[in-house]
Amino acid sequence: MSNEQSMRRVTAIRNGTVIDHVPSGQALRVLEMLGIAGETSVPVSLVMNVPSKKLGSKDIIKVEDRELTQGELDRLALVAPDAHVAIIRAYVVAEKLSINLGDEVINVVRCTFSNCITTNAREPQPHRLRVVSRDPLHLRCHYCGRPQDLDELVKNAL
Amino acid sequence: MTGLITMDDLTNEEILSILDDAERLLPVARGEMYLPLLQGRIMGNLFFEPSTRTRMSFETAMKRLGGGVVNLGDVKTSSVVKGETLFDTIQMVDGYTDIIAMRHPRQGAAQYAQDAARVPILNGGDGAGNHPTQTMLDLFTIRQAHGRLDGLKVVLAGDLRYGRTVHSLSHALTRFGCELIFASPALLRMPAEIVSDLREHGSNVVETEDLYASINDADVIYMTRIQKERFADEDEYARCAGAYKLHAKHLGDVKEDMIIMHPLPRVDEIHPSVDVTRHARYFEQAFNGVVARMALLCRLLGVPVPEDVASAGGVL
Repeated sequence: MSNEQSMRRVTAIRNGTVIDHVPSGQALRVLEMLGIAGETSVPVSLVMNVPSKKLGSKDIIKVEDRELTQGELDRLALVAPDAHVAIIRAYVVAEKLSINLGDEVINVVRCTFSNCITTNAREPQPHRLRVVSRDPLHLRCHYCGRPQDLDELVKNAL
Repeated sequence: MTGLITMDDLTNEEILSILDDAERLLPVARGEMYLPLLQGRIMGNLFFEPSTRTRMSFETAMKRLGGGVVNLGDVKTSSVVKGETLFDTIQMVDGYTDIIAMRHPRQGAAQYAQDAARVPILNGGDGAGNHPTQTMLDLFTIRQAHGRLDGLKVVLAGDLRYGRTVHSLSHALTRFGCELIFASPALLRMPAEIVSDLREHGSNVVETEDLYASINDADVIYMTRIQKERFADEDEYARCAGAYKLHAKHLGDVKEDMIIMHPLPRVDEIHPSVDVTRHARYFEQAFNGVVARMALLCRLLGVPVPEDVASAGGVL
């Protein structure tokens, strides 16, 4: 099946965001990380485990009437760092956004360790996670040094 | 180098050079001579949770070198109880002092404070995280006894799960190529992420529940307290604690120069009969807290320790 056919499993959107090349089976995690899961008023379509030349198989997400912000792209970097993000306006790709996972993730998610100093919401310094390795993704809190569980981290988006 | 938050802030060469400084400062720490290297400097002692040895030895170290100390005092009567953030407390103390020694119940608090401060922070323990100044005094004690740090066989025993002392120490010993044996009840094993870190750094860690099987060829036995409150079942506690009580009668076949250490306070894990054996080093270890912290204070404040302390110092 061609890439184009994969994309057409769901209808084209007029305005919004298409997140392509999401690792197979990760679409729900991506939605949770973006805060789009659960209660949301915008239409969301997703296809999972469709064939992909590059990845073997992949997930695709289309969010209507919503353009991802830089903050959301930073969160996306933690669950789908190689995803392709396109902003759609009037049915055409108006902009392609790139996802950058730097050496540190600042004020994107909170450390998952319950006794970390950053669990005090009144402490004003930024939440900082160090990228220890990219593939597989390993993160550690800059302050307490604890390794981060990505499944837990999804629940700690800021 | 700004502060000392974890042992990763020091290279092996820096560790050895600070231990050399500490060695030269021993007569000053013992009060045999006066060497006011830190005269005019002020240390802030910020202990957000109880401490006896660490707090007192920091204060003694600073005063032996002629420096001054300001204390946070009891947390219950300080501005912390009014809800002041750590950030704000550090901003204030940073303005009053030249260096801060700190203990805090939250992990990561020392790094957090260092990021907020202009002056160096000495981490005196943050939650179950790091306790690098304890590690420095432990390394000093080990080197004092064995003349070296590399290639020793070290048994760490007791509560390895919650004991920050053994976490920092095992990382440091791995860097010097020591062989580590972790003897603990299953419930109090060294956290898996630390064991995996140590193995990644080339350590051949052995984990066991049997303390006594490992002691005869050890160079160091490092005991820690098994805390009753960690167990839901009192019988389970009694059974576990009983298996980690070192008595002089267990020491018949140990190496002659093997030393027994303990960060103190002890409860029952080292029987008083051990105190009079040649192996007991825990009280010297507690004293070494002063000299190790003296050397660290000098290093972090950029004050060199004279090569010939005897000629530089004066009579008390």
